[in-house]
Amino acid sequence: MSNAETTKISIDALRNGDRAEFARMVDAYSAPIYRLGLKMLGNSQDAEDVLQNTFLNALTHLADFQGRSSLSTWLYRIASNEALMLMRRKKPAFNIEDVQTEDSDEGLMPEIFVDWSLLPEDELLTGESKSAIDRAIASLPENLRMAFVLRDIEDISIKETAEILNLTESNVKTRLLRARMVLREQLSVYYGERLTRKEEK
Amino acid sequence: MSDHSHKNCKAMLGSLSEYIDGELPPELCQEIEQHLAGCDNCRVVLNTTKRTIDLVQMPVEQEEVPDDVRARLFKRLNLDDYLPQT
Repeated sequence: MSNAETTKISIDALRNGDRAEFARMVDAYSAPIYRLGLKMLGNSQDAEDVLQNTFLNALTHLADFQGRSSLSTWLYRIASNEALMLMRRKKPAFNIEDVQTEDSDEGLMPEIFVDWSLLPEDELLTGESKSAIDRAIASLPENLRMAFVLRDIEDISIKETAEILNLTESNVKTRLLRARMVLREQLSVYYGERLTRKEEK
Repeated sequence: MSDHSHKNCKAMLGSLSEYIDGELPPELCQEIEQHLAGCDNCRVVLNTTKRTIDLVQMPVEQEEVPDDVRARLFKRLNLDDYLPQT
């Protein structure tokens, strides 16, 4: 939240209905919330819905904001709930996979041991590779993806991620580890093939 | 190297995230580093996991909210009068 970190928003002014202050808050937090929507839902229309609903909701519930958590945590909590609700509306079927990944060790043990980490940056970040990275993130079960997006993409601390998602810190760490392992495995398939092609040339 | 076993690999993997994030106490880091010195597969997993995190953290091209999205947001929130200040 680079904008947000440098912009001090007055909670009192917000509570007193100061529209200019609300507009400042919207500008300070729009970018990270829009990004969260993009990463969680995978398209700009849904990300825009998450963005609008988050601030509409914030406007309605400003009076309930007690200041026990930071403004950023509060807004992220609303945004993550909006994103999850939208995802569930779009995919109403109960997703058993999301539940299983929580407790079982399944999928945690690595299977691919190709060291692609030393491939040069320009090969790791071609347009095609970026799409592969986005596809890998999009394939994560939603509970893992949310923890991963908050911690690894938005660089929010484990403690704040736990507050946002109403989980224990240890639960966040478990989800994060699983998410990272799943992504590593998928990127290993992708970059492993590239490495093989390169060696064959 | 003598203490290498799959049990150690599993323990290493369980602490991998915290190790990468620098959240482990020094004595545990030392144990992990000893294991890594003798286990090629775990070293690969560590290197590629670190790289995976680096890649997803690369600055996003579209850091900001597009102007039209911002305009619709301000309109929806009845904040149109604050819109000209970009």
